[in-house]
Amino acid sequence: MLRVIGSVVARDLRLAWRRPADAYSVLFFFMLVASLFPLGVGPETEVLRRLAPGVIWVGALLATMLSLPRMFAEDFHDGALEQLALTPYPLGLLVLGKTLAHWLVSGLPLALIAPLLGLQFDLPPDALAMLAFSTLVGAPTLSGIGAIGAALTLGLRGGGVLLSLLVLPLYIPVLIFGAGAVDASIAGTGAQAHLFLLAALTVGALAFAPWAAAAALRIALE
Amino acid sequence: MQFAHLYKFAAPAAFYPLAGRLIPWFWGLAALFGAIGLWLGLFVAPADFQQGQGYRIIFVHVGASWMSMFLYVVMAFWAAIGLAFNTRLSGMMASALAPTGALFAFISLWTGAFWGKPMWGAWWVWDARLTSELFLFFLYIGFIALTRAIDDPRRADRAGAVLALAGVINIPIIYFSVKWWNTLHQGASVSLTKSPSMAAVMLWGMLFCALAMWMYAIAISLIRARGIILERERHADWVKALLTEAAGGH
Repeated sequence: MLRVIGSVVARDLRLAWRRPADAYSVLFFFMLVASLFPLGVGPETEVLRRLAPGVIWVGALLATMLSLPRMFAEDFHDGALEQLALTPYPLGLLVLGKTLAHWLVSGLPLALIAPLLGLQFDLPPDALAMLAFSTLVGAPTLSGIGAIGAALTLGLRGGGVLLSLLVLPLYIPVLIFGAGAVDASIAGTGAQAHLFLLAALTVGALAFAPWAAAAALRIALE
Repeated sequence: MQFAHLYKFAAPAAFYPLAGRLIPWFWGLAALFGAIGLWLGLFVAPADFQQGQGYRIIFVHVGASWMSMFLYVVMAFWAAIGLAFNTRLSGMMASALAPTGALFAFISLWTGAFWGKPMWGAWWVWDARLTSELFLFFLYIGFIALTRAIDDPRRADRAGAVLALAGVINIPIIYFSVKWWNTLHQGASVSLTKSPSMAAVMLWGMLFCALAMWMYAIAISLIRARGIILERERHADWVKALLTEAAGGH
């Protein structure tokens, strides 16, 4: 069973590796969004430090959302998705593999680059580490819930806007606890509670979301 | 099964006339409860000693908030039935309920703003309840947008059902995380939770208004469901017979 998931992850990673521009553009979008805020609110370090956790987390949410439509779209168009659905393995497992691959391709780089953006916002070192860590822990939830949205909007006109409408309200808890962890680390109150809740969301999302996404894929494939 | 004969109403052809017969009753109940509730609320209930006359918006506001939450659960219930038993009518019911739920969420937000302005001096505060209600509204809009974007009605129903179920699982998580966020960020400002002891007559007025809205929601959803049935089953013989009869028997 692990081998099935592993081979889906390996395949998706190989595909992503051969078209690196897709992953880069998401990263640059993330950096761009975060860089717009100082221009909008002014360069005072006090204000920026206050805004940083929320701004960077919202940026990560939006960047993840932009990368979601590609999760199933190409496989859907070239028929690979149908072949996957016909394999004797549960579709939920295959979707879990694709979710993990999406996390590795989009969530992990976002987590690695987030501290860099944090530097621009003059965050202290502890907060930078917490920013990276909370993004790392929270990102699988974003990929998991996003998979449901991506599967539901597969092949629809105006899918991208629709996807954001479906997925962003469901991202709220991740945003609250993710940005909350960084805030708590800045305030020195300890981010443990936030991280635990974030981890709980991730475990829950990875356990349940792939099955919902698989049901949505079957509807789209009919 | 004692109620097995009720299952026949799962067929749109049987449900359509039944809904038609029920609608006037629910309109009647809505008017009756609404009249009682508004009479209690506007004429019998005394003015609040803190909030004066302004509090009377509660008679609309609370019922609308209740209905907006309740209808989402009902919608998810029909969605689950539709996914589990593959019944056509369930999806139609879910699509028929969504606009009414969104309407109540909107009314709740709107009246909340009208209430908030004189009471707190602000149209909007990022209170946990207001914020959750706002995102509930967005969830309704997402459901409506998704089901309207898919042309094939069967696929639309089932995709909407998956979304409604994902939403109904997430609503408590969203609510509690927003509440937690709120307690962390908002120190000593307005608290909605400590409700002042309410006079019994106000409570009754509120309950009757909420009942009126419930009956209204049923009536209007049945009307919308009938419309959806006619639209989707327009090629069925019984619809053709019905329509030619309505057009004067040609």
